[in-house]
Amino acid sequence: MAIKVLKPGLATTVQDLGRPGYYHIGIPLSGGMDRHALAAANLLVGNEEGAAVLEAVFMGPELEFTDDAVVAITGAELPPKLDGEPRETWTSFKVKRGQKLSFDFLKQGARGYIAIAGGIDVPLVLGSRSTYALGALGGFKGRKLEAGDELPIGKAAAAVKEGRSVGKDLRGLPAAMPTELRVMPGLYWHRITDTAGNGFFGDTWKVAPEADRIGYRFKGGKPLEFVPREPPFGAGSDPSNITDACYPYGSIQVPGGTEPIVLHRDAVSGGGYFMVGTVIAADMDLIGQLQPNTPVRFVKVGMDEALAARKSRAGLLGKLRSALA
Amino acid sequence: MQTRFSYGGDEHIFAEVAESMSLEAFFKGLFVTNAVRDARIKGVIEICPANASYQVKFDPDQIRPDDLLVELKQLDSASETSAPVIKTRIIEIPVLYNDPWTHETLMRFRERHQDPNGTDLEYAARINGLDGVDAFIKAHSSAPWFVSMVGFVAGLPFLYQMVERQRQIQAPKYLRPRTDTPKLTVGHGGCFSCIYSVRGAGGYQMFGITPMPIYDPNQKISYLRDFMCLFKPGDIVKWKPIDRPAYDAAVADVDAGRFAPIIRDVSFSLTEFNNDIDAYNRKLEGVLHGN
Repeated sequence: MAIKVLKPGLATTVQDLGRPGYYHIGIPLSGGMDRHALAAANLLVGNEEGAAVLEAVFMGPELEFTDDAVVAITGAELPPKLDGEPRETWTSFKVKRGQKLSFDFLKQGARGYIAIAGGIDVPLVLGSRSTYALGALGGFKGRKLEAGDELPIGKAAAAVKEGRSVGKDLRGLPAAMPTELRVMPGLYWHRITDTAGNGFFGDTWKVAPEADRIGYRFKGGKPLEFVPREPPFGAGSDPSNITDACYPYGSIQVPGGTEPIVLHRDAVSGGGYFMVGTVIAADMDLIGQLQPNTPVRFVKVGMDEALAARKSRAGLLGKLRSALA
Repeated sequence: MQTRFSYGGDEHIFAEVAESMSLEAFFKGLFVTNAVRDARIKGVIEICPANASYQVKFDPDQIRPDDLLVELKQLDSASETSAPVIKTRIIEIPVLYNDPWTHETLMRFRERHQDPNGTDLEYAARINGLDGVDAFIKAHSSAPWFVSMVGFVAGLPFLYQMVERQRQIQAPKYLRPRTDTPKLTVGHGGCFSCIYSVRGAGGYQMFGITPMPIYDPNQKISYLRDFMCLFKPGDIVKWKPIDRPAYDAAVADVDAGRFAPIIRDVSFSLTEFNNDIDAYNRKLEGVLHGN
């Protein structure tokens, strides 16, 4: 069983829940940017939650199936079509041998997850099937899909029903506009003035065109003013420089104090720019569904709120599991 | 040195050993992260030493952040007394300085550089008070360098020059980062040199290129079969300037699977190093060449 890639889409990659344990040598977690949607797609087709799926950004691929299969598309509102006939997102459906799966224009969100019963069966590299394109590692030949690729599909565990679906309340997508991203200030927060700190949380930012799996850039807020200092040896002369250090996932660096960048699943593991804080883990999935130009506000929270949000996000996944059990 | 701790969201603890780079700060971070690894703390997922800082990623569903912070602070202060001696490796890296590929790239991004009318090598020589490119290459390659951090991208080493601070080469990063850097470029930014393990964006000055792969995701290169990244924090690097014929021969050897890097086990004592840097470096070089 395999699927043939007729058209690859914009940047479609194989992803699972990632490759922890190698960040200390610069190999990031990778994996689905919206982990909740990835898990949902897998559960809909009877896979393990962390099976490998396709992550398609902004534009879907066109795929031909060499055998019968059951598939589900979650995440962004990227409407699937089977031999040109519309199908629902967040709902499992059958595909017959020889049929073609394509997609309509993106309506909402940014990343769609295409799960196939049995999972994408590329080799495990360092414990994961996720693609880390910058390091040409994992996934399908370490890169995004190209026309002509043939992806192996694993054997489905059991007979999978079609028509299983996930209700709107269990999808965990960004709700209101502007999207609110909760941030714990810290790391090098002390490098900016109080006025700059208030501006950072008070301003409305917009997702910049430079937004990918490595990081999301934001613009439109006021530049940050620094507390004066003598540059420490090794840091560099710009006030936004630090002696090169590790970057947490979700950390917000602001090179030159102008445009914040939130590092995501394919994060660079370290570097020489100061960071004002970190987006909490519960809100990382939301970033993966933001399109360029989306207005965003950063909301200041503390550890207790971060842990409560984490619990609530885990609760949502728990409900999803029960609903699809 | 008083380590400064901060939460990086609900999944990371970030620890800054010192604001400034020094081997003392690096060793402190290395010892603490080794201690954290040995302590096998439940819920700890990633332990990342950096130049003068370190970071621990954890699962707050398995350990309360405050509890982990208390444990880290204990391990951090306990490591103050550790004797700064490590068992490590010294690795020779051949470099074709002033090569055609980084030259083409730096010309392509000239408008992003501090000195649009020269090359990165000419600029670095001038701002470091050295008399031309040859003198600069000599200054860059005569003393060994410490791998003080691995990261940014897969397997990329940050290298810290093992000379007195006043002799250390320093250079700012490009005014605006390039969108392209040749694979295996030897670069420099702030007080750190690096080897770009993959082709991609970069902001460091570009001095040359090595024929010796340091990252191989397919693990076909003989010395990268055990693990795909060559470098570990604490490794020592000695650059060996080579000419174009030697570079071409090394590339052919790599392609034919017969390139054998010079890598020797060595122990390093920070105290002995600080007592007489030049003599200690000569001793290290002796180990490299089997003396």
